[in-house]
Amino acid sequence: MTDERSTAAGTPADPFPVPPLTFTDASGREVRIDVLSSSDDAGFESLVEMYDDFDPSMRAQGIPPVGERRVRTWLQSLLVLDSHNLLAWLGERVIGHATLVPDGEDHELAIFVHQDFQGSGVGTRLIRALLGYGATRGVGAVWLTVERWNHAAITLYEKVGFETTNAEALDVEMELDLSAVHTESTG
Amino acid sequence: MKVLLGIGGSDDSLEALSRTVERAVEAGDALTIAILDNPESERSPAEVEAAVEAVLADADLEATVCRVTGDPGSELVALAEREEFDELVLGGGMRSPMGKIRLGHIAEFVLLNSRVTVTLVR
Repeated sequence: MTDERSTAAGTPADPFPVPPLTFTDASGREVRIDVLSSSDDAGFESLVEMYDDFDPSMRAQGIPPVGERRVRTWLQSLLVLDSHNLLAWLGERVIGHATLVPDGEDHELAIFVHQDFQGSGVGTRLIRALLGYGATRGVGAVWLTVERWNHAAITLYEKVGFETTNAEALDVEMELDLSAVHTESTG
Repeated sequence: MKVLLGIGGSDDSLEALSRTVERAVEAGDALTIAILDNPESERSPAEVEAAVEAVLADADLEATVCRVTGDPGSELVALAEREEFDELVLGGGMRSPMGKIRLGHIAEFVLLNSRVTVTLVR
């Protein structure tokens, strides 16, 4: 035990990977995870396409918005805020998006996986890569909210080390301190 | 229609104020505005009351303005039932940096406990 904080509650022992990385999902598809830079217009367009085709019943707390124009405005507002964004790619198609949006000193996290790829392990890989990427970018406290009934998402967040900080509302608030976690070196 | 607007001073409640006043002018609603102690709001009840008076004066609308003390959610629900309002109006929630809508505690309580129809303004 070299770093006392790394074993504290809510800080997972497994190091988070740092993107870019590839893996094979539960259905044998090769998926690539990489950073979306603010100058990557093609990546942005592919992301808009994913959200434009997003199952409306999978929306959470009002996002993603419905309709291409609103999706575009929403994503642009995230990029303007200097958020950190990772995309999951299957070939030339974006199938997942995870983001850390600055909120004062902290960051708010959200992750969306296209309905065709849910339950395939993409979400777990994507959030772990985002946390690894965030740690290398100096991100500290990360928080999120999730609807109380969304047990699959809550289980995922707990698995990567999030702890519930407020469960009195319709949504559950969870938090993780990234300044205390280790990342894999990419070599 | 007899409308009760509850506002505690958060940004979404001020948005609800201007939209509800606008609607009352058009529809001829009898509007009552209840100013609540919202611990989640950065504005004091006195500041909220000044904002209410300004919006009413701007719209040239007569409305009853009152202060509600005590637990804001339950007092608002009780007032709406006691005085037989047709509708209870509240702000529709704040957005997180990410854009997620988060309902305030007052709105949650009112939604679950009110027997009077509730409108959240978006």
